Amino acid sequence: MELGPIESLSYFVPELILAISVIGLILADLVVRRKEQLGVAALVVVVLALIAVVWGLPGQGDAYLFNRMIVHDQYAVFFKVVFALATFATIWMSLDSREVEKVSRGEYYALLIASALGMFFMATATNLLMAYLALEFVSLTSYVLTGTLRHNRRSGEASLKYLIYGGVASGTMIYGMSWIYGITGTMDYAGINAALAAGQGTPLILFIAVLLTLAGFGYKIAAVPFHMWAPDVYTGAPIPVTAFLSVASKASGFALLLRFLYPALSTVGAGGQWQALGDGGWQQVVLLLSMVSMTIGNLAALQQDNIKRLLAYSSVAHAGYMLMGLAVLSDEGLRSILFYLVVYYLMNIGAFAIVMLVANSTGREDFDGFRGLAWRGGAIPAVAMAIFLFSLAGIPPFAGFIGKFYLFAAVIRADFYLLALVGGLNSVVSLYYYARIVRTMFLDQPAGGEGGVELDWSTGGLLAVLTLGTVVFGVYWAPVIALADRSARFFLG
Amino acid sequence: MDNILTLMTFIPIFGAALILCLPRDRDNLVRWVAVGVTAVPLVLACWLFFNFDRSTAGFQFLQRGQWIPSFNIQYIVGVDGVSITMVLLTAFLSFLCIFASWGITKAVKAYFALFLLLDAGMMGVFVSLDFFLFFVFWEVMLLPMYFLIGIWGGPRKEYAAIKFFLYTLLGSALMLISILALYFNTTDPATGQHTFDMMVMMDQANHSEWLRNGIIFGQSVPLVIWMALFIGFAIKIPAFPFHTWLPDAHVEAPTAISVILAGVLLKMGTYGILRINFAILPEATATLAFWCLAAVGVVNIVYGALCAMAQSDLKKLVAYSSVSHMGYVMLGMASFTQQGINGAVLQMFNHGTVTAMLFLLVGVIYDRAHHRNIDGFGGLASVMPVYTGFVAVAFFAALGLPGLSAFISEALVLLGSWQANPRLTMVAALAVILSAGYMLWALQRIWLGKLNEKYANIEEVNRREIFTLAPLAALVVYLGIYPTAVLDLMGASLNSLNGVVSKFL
Repeated sequence: MELGPIESLSYFVPELILAISVIGLILADLVVRRKEQLGVAALVVVVLALIAVVWGLPGQGDAYLFNRMIVHDQYAVFFKVVFALATFATIWMSLDSREVEKVSRGEYYALLIASALGMFFMATATNLLMAYLALEFVSLTSYVLTGTLRHNRRSGEASLKYLIYGGVASGTMIYGMSWIYGITGTMDYAGINAALAAGQGTPLILFIAVLLTLAGFGYKIAAVPFHMWAPDVYTGAPIPVTAFLSVASKASGFALLLRFLYPALSTVGAGGQWQALGDGGWQQVVLLLSMVSMTIGNLAALQQDNIKRLLAYSSVAHAGYMLMGLAVLSDEGLRSILFYLVVYYLMNIGAFAIVMLVANSTGREDFDGFRGLAWRGGAIPAVAMAIFLFSLAGIPPFAGFIGKFYLFAAVIRADFYLLALVGGLNSVVSLYYYARIVRTMFLDQPAGGEGGVELDWSTGGLLAVLTLGTVVFGVYWAPVIALADRSARFFLG
Repeated sequence: MDNILTLMTFIPIFGAALILCLPRDRDNLVRWVAVGVTAVPLVLACWLFFNFDRSTAGFQFLQRGQWIPSFNIQYIVGVDGVSITMVLLTAFLSFLCIFASWGITKAVKAYFALFLLLDAGMMGVFVSLDFFLFFVFWEVMLLPMYFLIGIWGGPRKEYAAIKFFLYTLLGSALMLISILALYFNTTDPATGQHTFDMMVMMDQANHSEWLRNGIIFGQSVPLVIWMALFIGFAIKIPAFPFHTWLPDAHVEAPTAISVILAGVLLKMGTYGILRINFAILPEATATLAFWCLAAVGVVNIVYGALCAMAQSDLKKLVAYSSVSHMGYVMLGMASFTQQGINGAVLQMFNHGTVTAMLFLLVGVIYDRAHHRNIDGFGGLASVMPVYTGFVAVAFFAALGLPGLSAFISEALVLLGSWQANPRLTMVAALAVILSAGYMLWALQRIWLGKLNEKYANIEEVNRREIFTLAPLAALVVYLGIYPTAVLDLMGASLNSLNGVVSKFL
């Protein structure tokens, strides 16, 4: 089904809600005196958008909207829910964050919502131009959010680095996209697919085009070698923004990447298996990126003393794990990536929430701030952090293990044993630095003078939900995998 | 009592939750709750002992349930002759170790809650018959162990805790890949789906062609998977050259945790090999057993004994003696004779009780003197006669004195192994002398000779310590005279397992 601009609007309610509220928040900033009310308003807006996304489900079938610019399908709905939840958690954290108190909050919340809006487009774009614009939209808002601590040098530096890397990456990407347009004569995904299936373009040219395009995606998901911005940006940005970038921004990169590589560049062949069009040389590249990302991410994380920086490298490694599911190019792989994103959301936001909690009361983001946390009044946050970290390392009975399990299952199903081995060894390496934080919190005694850590009801509530999710989905995850299964369906017209 | 195994596994978890809910500063209440929570599985274990059908080789007290149907992950628990002894040992030692932990004063609630989680994990490993479930329990155990060593351990606790964790996780990573490879190449004939059900995997007719004859990394598939699983288990045993985590972990851990480590955790390695490598990949077992089990086992025996002899720390000596004694288990398993394999599992049980005693005895002396230096004592027998009595039982059992339990199992292992690998068995038998050497030498330096005046007023073992030591000593003596009590539990299952592998010799 293809819909024109007017008929599409009924599918477009969540985006409209977000778009209107961006303007509304900026205007309200002029009149509202107690700025935290803006945060609460932003929270309400995100919930409304979330309801609109989920509400729209039963009546609306899959369809191309706005003359095939974007699409509405289960896959898009899944990602919109993830983005909305990530934005929700970020705003919630921002309300408790000491750092955010210092920024001009009207713009801050408006930018967050705008970024979420851009991500909604990234999940739905079915046209190269739309994909590029959505990615740029998200990037631009992210640059500003990173630099939002105006009087903090590190924040400004991070923002600039992010901007420069982003510029190079997206420039490379649009160059690659122009090649694809040159080969196929269309920017529409379905059109590209049809043209490639008809044998247009030589495999080598297509390979180069995809390689160039991958630069932009790789940058968004922070995969090696496009990860250089991540450590600096994660360190410089306010903690809620870091959490947002590490989860929502990465998920949006995957949303775009998966739709580009699956429905546009691959086709469902005989036996229901996905097959890359052309010679599929990019599959090898993704495989390589996956191995290199996890290895470099994990090895670099071993050396870090700043927890945010450590988590930045860990997020590079996690991009590598998720790419495993892409390298195998199968429904199982796709499903396992979606599942992993849900799990990753829970544990990574959770970890950053604890970092924020510690930073709020001690002003530190390094190992010293965490020393003996369990023994100086922070036992509950310390236990929650241990759960998130062990989950990130992939230890049962936490959800992170189940996520990795499905990824490995997809890899082994496709007989990529070497990749599985590299992934398995990487999990072992990663345990070392995650356990290093746990050790600092539990095994080391406080040196004195670090100050206590207070858990307020608001952050406590967020942590309770995230911890519960991490544990419960580690023991019984059937609903989540069913959701991932249902969402791993593209609308192909 | 269909769900008896489930109860034994999950009661400690609920107990842990209960302990966390208790008020702070009520340390004694926490301890007694822990006693109650571990007593229930112990009572159930006794019931299991009397109601276990000794004549059948199959699984008993089976319970099945769906867990994640979309991936065909099931909840299956059951015991047979291989696991029943380990289940009994786990229930027994967990109960005793609560008393051995009485002296813990730091964060008591957390300690006992973690201990109970550990208990549940161990029990789960021995009863689960779904490979996924097995793996989850296998890993779940690591977390409490990490904290128990890391928070309540000795001076180098951080290093020991992370080393233990990393070593085991390395093995687990290989195991997880193997499990998935087995899953995708096993089809349940009843449903036509892939399955983690070990009982289905044990029938080689359900394996795919690739799993039987495929080639991967230039090697035969079953051999590669066998090796990957073996490395995972060998780290736990610990087999040479993966043993280096053991001295650190055992020495730094608090007494009760050393007991659990040596008494139960090490057995998981050999149990896993019997349950999984032997039963699921018998042909590969027949091919690789000589080098991977028998030869490595003998290296363990000799190398462990030599290392033990060189130690000046009593706890380290006991730790290395474990390395040595676990070698007999591997040697016996690799013989593929009835005596050998029965002796191996009996040795697993006996080593559990004897080493538990040894670590408890080391704990007693350490609590009083605050050091464990073998040369720092002398003549303790004159001031601690009761204690020295227990020491004598444990030490003589450990060196294999006839009439005590370990003699029977070591003799069975050597008898069985002689028929298969006479040369290796000769070396192993000669190493018994080494074992007598380090044990007697330590006994002489600490308990005999002239009394070190510094310890003239040292306190005799108290009633709580006797309560933990006496049941173990009684068991060691009883099984030395009447080993059939344990042997007839496992005979049927082990002989059938041996038959499965022997076909391929």
